[in-house]
Amino acid sequence: MDSKKVKQWEALCIEEQPPACTAACPLHVDARAMVEKIAAGDFSAAFAIYARIVPFPAIIGHICDHPCEGVCRREEAGGAVRIGLIERALVEASYPTLKRTAQQARRAKRVAIVGAGLSGLTAAYDLLMKGHQVTVFEADAHPLERLHHDYADDLPPSAIAADLGMLQRLGVDIRCRSRVVAGAGPLGLDTLIGDHDAVLLALGPGPALAFSPTVRLTDNGRIDIDPFSRATSHPKVFGGGFHSEQGERYSPIGSVHDGRRAAASIDRFLQGASLTAQRQDDGAGGTCLFVNTAAHPPVPPVEPLDRRAGYSEAEAVEEARRCFPCHCLECVKACPFLAHYKTYPRRAVREIYNNDSIVMGNRKSNRMIDSCALCGLCDAVCPTDLAMGDVCLEARRSMVERGHMPISHHEFALNDMAHARSARFALARHQPGFAASSVLFFPGCQLPASSPDQVVRLYRHLCASIEGGVGLMLDCCGAPAHWAGRQQFHEEIAAELRSTWKAMGQPTIVTACSSCLKTLGQSLPDIPVHSVWPLLSELGWQIEASPAASLPLAIHDPCSGRHAKGVQRAVRELAAAVGAEVRELSGAELTTCCGYGGLAQFANPVVADKIVDQRIGESEDDYLTYCAMCRDNFARRGKRAVHLLDLLLPPIDGSDPAARPDPGFSRRRENRTRLKMALLKDLWDEDMTDPLPQSNVVIPDEVRAQMERKLILAEDVIAVITNAESSGQKLKDRASDHFIATGRAGNVTTWVEYELADGVPIVRRAYCHRMEVEAKP
Amino acid sequence: MTTPNDPTVSDLVCARCDVPLEMGKVNASYLGQVFPVDLPRCPSCGFVYVSEELAYGRMLNVEQALEDK
Ligand code: SF4
Ligand code: SF4
Ligand SMILES: [Zn+2]
Repeated sequence: MDSKKVKQWEALCIEEQPPACTAACPLHVDARAMVEKIAAGDFSAAFAIYARIVPFPAIIGHICDHPCEGVCRREEAGGAVRIGLIERALVEASYPTLKRTAQQARRAKRVAIVGAGLSGLTAAYDLLMKGHQVTVFEADAHPLERLHHDYADDLPPSAIAADLGMLQRLGVDIRCRSRVVAGAGPLGLDTLIGDHDAVLLALGPGPALAFSPTVRLTDNGRIDIDPFSRATSHPKVFGGGFHSEQGERYSPIGSVHDGRRAAASIDRFLQGASLTAQRQDDGAGGTCLFVNTAAHPPVPPVEPLDRRAGYSEAEAVEEARRCFPCHCLECVKACPFLAHYKTYPRRAVREIYNNDSIVMGNRKSNRMIDSCALCGLCDAVCPTDLAMGDVCLEARRSMVERGHMPISHHEFALNDMAHARSARFALARHQPGFAASSVLFFPGCQLPASSPDQVVRLYRHLCASIEGGVGLMLDCCGAPAHWAGRQQFHEEIAAELRSTWKAMGQPTIVTACSSCLKTLGQSLPDIPVHSVWPLLSELGWQIEASPAASLPLAIHDPCSGRHAKGVQRAVRELAAAVGAEVRELSGAELTTCCGYGGLAQFANPVVADKIVDQRIGESEDDYLTYCAMCRDNFARRGKRAVHLLDLLLPPIDGSDPAARPDPGFSRRRENRTRLKMALLKDLWDEDMTDPLPQSNVVIPDEVRAQMERKLILAEDVIAVITNAESSGQKLKDRASDHFIATGRAGNVTTWVEYELADGVPIVRRAYCHRMEVEAKP
Repeated sequence: MTTPNDPTVSDLVCARCDVPLEMGKVNASYLGQVFPVDLPRCPSCGFVYVSEELAYGRMLNVEQALEDK
């Protein structure tokens, strides 16, 4: 795989972008994770998340100006989550669990901080935690003097005392009533610079004329500070504090961030590192995380019973439960394949790329790559149009090309395709009595395998309604080779189809299969290929009310026809014309796969069943579709479903088409051959040279269903029994009088247990494996 | 898969040779790898028996492990 393309795919998925709250917090507290813990009742884990980032949990927990709430996406569904009140309840419940130990610095440095406000003390805290020695000089009588006054209502003095006590235990030296002045002298700035490895001027608002010329001032008399690195004109002196945020409203969390940024610069400076390289502490920002807020019903915020006391623990939990939490995962919500692997594209793309790059060792993601239905639903729901189907197909191609993708995932389906392309089915003829074709009817390989007589009736109808001769081409479009990532094989098939089409005089192809329409359109772009449904709609349909249309039908568009607007419209018109009340499921744009797409049902039947079952669960109505595989997969999973042809050409015997069972892969093959035989006989009066083998083997329905699940064909089972009965090579179970026989076809060994009832073999069980066993001589 | 309904090995006889199966040395091979294993086989003609449990159990695991190598 092309690593540049992989990077682009990865970058498209925005799921790992921070939620708005985290982005808006200058410290980037992971409020989403914290609130999730609280919602789960785990206060200590929530507090650990909070206190890992916030230097003074007791103080900030009470007075934070919580910019997170201003951007909370819950605002669009009932009101922002009250993160501030939740944090306060959290801190009140869990502060006693606070544990802090400073790192041992290899070479502790001495730092002087001027100003014991929130900014200066945050810097002190961060530098203490890094193992440095910190002395704080404060002109006032107490540290954090301003908080005592300005937040008297919200901030209990005990909270200030608790955080200051914590700071003391870390070893800070705070000297109050110590106003630092210019020049030399015991509290002179120049002396501080001389006695310390770095100095932070974390001053209050207002000019600082006194410190010139030791540090350069701005035009309005403030210290000239680089806003990004907090450097001043003196290499050892850094600036912090409120004065750097001119004109802004005072923000406690902003002050903390200010101190943190200055401390980070000082620590870099003390280590001799660059002040700017690879810095990510860029403060508050936005996010491009997509959140589908419309999917959440509005819920109003929890009002604390006691406003002054704030939330009780129970109220905090209840409020925390209003957090969505913010994620994109639009595709994961829509796609059972991604959900099954508990992943999302950004991670999956990386995993797929790694799997592709492995030279030696286990490729753990092979099956995952082959389990995607290539259905295109993810890109339809993704805010940035990331197509996981493209990623998986590209990976399949790359791995197939280098011989790294196991054939076992797709071999059964490729053999089914080979059958459809063999003399047992394939055919290309002009309409009887015509030497040329104005159009070439291409029903596909699965519709004839599912409803052979409807194909005959449809073909006759087309012959009767279209002038100039309607040719018939029975073949497979090559979609299975395409989906399997077998590019070269697919190109060979396309070339063969092209030469057949040329030999037929290059008529317009009309297909009854959405996958053929898409696949032929891609692999033979210069050949005119149309869907049969718009054509039928144009021609008009005679029967007035179809018996199958007596109930409302929920329409399912095949995933390969997701973007075929004209076809979607024509199908709805035709259904309406025969009296059906058609109800939309998701609408065509957001339709799903039935599990057959991308050959998912062969590589991963569990995932494929989840895909079809999720779709089935969307409505109680019978389903209407126009893809034979969709219809049969719905039927296989117990959903009543009709094909559009069941409406247009109701079963002649009057049977209920919605109750028709899935024919299964064995009968599909038989149906294809029967269809060809019938057409040859009826239309061209020819007998087929290779008729179906006659056999008296009985396969009971439940055994047949098991065989389908195990991907074992009736013809292989019959061959095993026939061979065993003629050669005598079989085992006998003396307990049951059953026989056990085996045979190998291609890469698969099939075992059959059967009994003979008056010489008629009745199959009891079949199983298979790929490994070969041979007695040692 | 369904729970295998395998017969008891001691009840199995080779129909052609009319002798009960015995455990014997067998070569199992897949994707060019060969492993010697002990499996029930006809002592006379060498017909090897693989049960459903083995086919969808240990054998499938080995097949898949080799495929992903
Ligand atoms: S829809 Fe899926 S792929 Fe697209 S951004 Fe969201 S999580 Fe990522
Ligand atoms: S199965 Fe469909 S929706 Fe899911 S990842 Fe594949 S292409 Fe996308
Ligand atoms: Zn024998």
